Amino acid sequence: MDKLFTRIVKPLTSLKLTIVCLSLAMVLVFIGTLAQQNMDAFYAQKKYFDTCFVLWTPRGTHWQIPVFPGGYLLGSVFLVNLIAAHAVRFKLSWKKSGIFLAHSGLILLLVGGLFTALWSRESQMVIEQGKTKNYAESFKDIELAIIDRSNADHDVVVSIPESLLVKKQPIQNPALPFTVRPAGFFENARLDMRKPDALSQSPVTKGMGVRMDVTSLPATTRPEEENYPATYVELLTPAGSLGTWLVWASPFGESLPAQTVAVDGKTYEIQLRLKRYYKPYQIHLTNLTHEIYAGTDIPKNFASQIRLSDLERHEDRDILIYMNHPLRYRGETFYQYQTLAGDKFTVLEVVRNPSWLLPYISCSLIALGLVTQFGMHLVNFTKRRMA
Amino acid sequence: MKALHMIRKFLPVIKKFLPVIITSAFLAWLVLSLVMPEKDNGYNTNAFGRLPVLANGRIKPLDTVARTSLLILHGKEAISDDTGHALKPIEWLMDVLMRPANADKYKAFLIDNPDVLGLFRWNQSQGRYYSFAELEPFLDEIEQQTKLADDVASSSRNLFQREILKLRDRIILYNQLKNSFHNDESVDFSDEIATFQKAVETGRKAFNDQAAGKPFNKDDLGLLSEFFSRYQFLARMGVIRPVPRPNQQDWKTAGDSLMETIQTGTIDPSIVAYALMATAYRAQNVPEFNQAVSNYRDSLETNFAGYLKRTDYESGFNHFEPFYKCIILYVCIFLLALISWLVWPDVFGKAAFWLLMLTFVVHTTGLISRMWIQGRPPVTNLYSSAIFVGWAACLLCIVLERIHRNGIGSLTAATMGFTTLLIAHHLSFEGDTMEMLRAVLDTNFWLATHVVAVTLGYASTFLAGFLAIVYVVRGVFTQSLDKATAKSLNNMVYGIVCFATLFSFVGTILGGIWADQSWGRFWGFDPKENGALLIVIWNAIILHARWGGFIRERGLMNMAMFGNIVTSFSWFGVNMLGAGLHSYGFMDHAPFWLEAFDVYQLALIVVGLLPPRMWRSFTIA
Repeated sequence: MDKLFTRIVKPLTSLKLTIVCLSLAMVLVFIGTLAQQNMDAFYAQKKYFDTCFVLWTPRGTHWQIPVFPGGYLLGSVFLVNLIAAHAVRFKLSWKKSGIFLAHSGLILLLVGGLFTALWSRESQMVIEQGKTKNYAESFKDIELAIIDRSNADHDVVVSIPESLLVKKQPIQNPALPFTVRPAGFFENARLDMRKPDALSQSPVTKGMGVRMDVTSLPATTRPEEENYPATYVELLTPAGSLGTWLVWASPFGESLPAQTVAVDGKTYEIQLRLKRYYKPYQIHLTNLTHEIYAGTDIPKNFASQIRLSDLERHEDRDILIYMNHPLRYRGETFYQYQTLAGDKFTVLEVVRNPSWLLPYISCSLIALGLVTQFGMHLVNFTKRRMA
Repeated sequence: MKALHMIRKFLPVIKKFLPVIITSAFLAWLVLSLVMPEKDNGYNTNAFGRLPVLANGRIKPLDTVARTSLLILHGKEAISDDTGHALKPIEWLMDVLMRPANADKYKAFLIDNPDVLGLFRWNQSQGRYYSFAELEPFLDEIEQQTKLADDVASSSRNLFQREILKLRDRIILYNQLKNSFHNDESVDFSDEIATFQKAVETGRKAFNDQAAGKPFNKDDLGLLSEFFSRYQFLARMGVIRPVPRPNQQDWKTAGDSLMETIQTGTIDPSIVAYALMATAYRAQNVPEFNQAVSNYRDSLETNFAGYLKRTDYESGFNHFEPFYKCIILYVCIFLLALISWLVWPDVFGKAAFWLLMLTFVVHTTGLISRMWIQGRPPVTNLYSSAIFVGWAACLLCIVLERIHRNGIGSLTAATMGFTTLLIAHHLSFEGDTMEMLRAVLDTNFWLATHVVAVTLGYASTFLAGFLAIVYVVRGVFTQSLDKATAKSLNNMVYGIVCFATLFSFVGTILGGIWADQSWGRFWGFDPKENGALLIVIWNAIILHARWGGFIRERGLMNMAMFGNIVTSFSWFGVNMLGAGLHSYGFMDHAPFWLEAFDVYQLALIVVGLLPPRMWRSFTIA
């Protein structure tokens, strides 16, 4: 038992481990920051912080070699180290109350960080002036949506996430009279109209994609570039194939005519688009203002005048969302982010984070702890000098 | 023999009064420069410089416009006319606004890139300053080159491309200034607007006749439309907005105001006033010019007294140049503190400390003045953060010097004050240092709490690092680091690291809360957030290493010096990552200076790592 303690528990409680963790964290934060020169913050966070290991892929291979501990791993080891040290080494006394407070706050902060990583979800709502929306969209994740609009008061949407599109396994859903077989996914693609005399090598037999060529492009993580994913999708019935379509996500997707398939007298739309999160209420953009300082192009304020209509909860009211003044509704927070296309569209960031309160509590604890501890140092120092 | 005797007799008296004499001399210099009226050349340039206008979103005196424009074009505020006669910034601006043909001949454009000079077949031996008249034949060539450079993504432009774009921007700014009061080729502005007034009356009649299907005077209508396009151009160019609106921030350019005249039929009185000034100035009629300035000023008192109070104060602030004076004072403090370690420690130590107190008052005055003029907390941009870091370091050093009384606080305050103000001076080349704040930053609460706390974190981490430098340099290269001094430095660095941990942590957290309030996320691994986090972690490592007994006095010093590198990265380094975003002016050269600073710190750390037997202070028998 004693041996176990000295071999395993003791190293976990050591201050050396703390310092190693902190030093590695510094290096990680530093390289994660430098990486943002050529990498969008979204991908940088994924690669360096929301991961157990930083992976390296040598050029020309598909290997993923762990080269450095990632944020999750460092955070967990640090958390274990902190808890173990408190459980074994620390003895609570008035003299150490500040240290104790600060460290419990730190433990709570790390736990809160874990919860946020697990449970929080960020999306955005882009609304055109005068239009209404009842969904938010993911920043990067996409979905294949098959929509049945035959009902007068609602649409039936079957959503297939990117992870299934990559796998090429046939997908069945009771709402659909056919099987969906993903037949080739491109993370980033360029589409060109095929020259009339050129030979086709594409499997597409139906829809707008018949006359198009798809070129696969390497997926980009650069901040100023975006990926334009595309996929082939074949629809199968027991009677045989209905055909293969090419669907793609593009910023102008909504302005193109929808691609459809008719089965048993019903029409289904097929779309590749940013993943949507539907809400049980609607938001209408009444007015959008974008003020600038006179004689400059520096923005002074963005504000969205919206109307929120929620039949379930009997809400129907006007709301103003502007810089630093978000709307909090049904566990989500709507922040004014920016405007698009010459102030025709507003962009609201929609965040759900059930553990949002934890950082506030933990930070108050740490700050209180530091003030107590350093305050005691200062008092002692002054006393010694006076003596 | 007798003289020596006399000196010896009076030595205690000299020693006693020397600190008072030194401090009073500097005080007298400050007071004199504050109360002495600025010289002018007959024209009441000071009164003209105090007139309020709106430029870059802020209401400011013309004097500020003159100074910031000159810094952008010329790289310094000192300029001379074509005969070599020195001009004040406002005198230069008066010529640009009201006598542009003369101003074209002044060498206002700083061009020091050999490739850009080579484009015009000029070489560096001809100097770094050129006039608009000299550049005029090459405007087509410059435009062609900027077109090529514009097509390159801003992060991958080479030095020539960046410099030619910079020159293009400067030429645009210069032309905008020339067309801010009246069209730059206008000969007599008063005469012009009188003609315009008549043309509005006859032109409107002709327009109404035409609309009613009656016979109309074509010439009258033609003249009015000529004026219309003339003032449309003026409205597009004007970078200064001189026409005030009561209770509104939206002041008008001269062009906009004159175009309104076509509808209203009356010319705004401020345009009439500026026209009188322009005509008198063009005719070199000093009394009439001064009268016009003073009449206009009186007319503003009724509706704009509030603005005048601020703009008057601001031009006084410009004239006093508190931060420039502080730079000089910090150099003197540095010398005094250094001398105090060689001779008469009490006398010169006291002189250095008193002078430090005086400088702190000046530095504080400058800081508070900026806050009052801007109506903002102290730190709003990189420039003001440099001012604040220097100020906070100075304050902490005063506290340290009060406790330890060994000149170290004074010397460190002087070094940090001087360095940060020098950095601020170089940052001012980017334009008005009191720029407007982007929408999301526009909240005084977070600027006052988060930004101030983080900046205090920078200041204190730097201070610990600079104190450590004093320890290492004195310890290795001199024999002056005795046990007591070493111990007091150890206490200082440790105390300051604690302070730095607290403030950088609290500042970072407040930033997280702000981000949560504004964007819904507490932490997003944004470069600036990460920079602050690095400082927190590093300070925490220092403290834990010391508590764990892994480091002692020398280790503490070496780690504190590394803190300088960490802080310089998060203060400036992360701003350079967003390539192109701030990559003009000072920031072009900033990566070099940042690297030089970091290399210098590393070299000091290597020195600090030398074994104790190589430290001169530790080897005295």
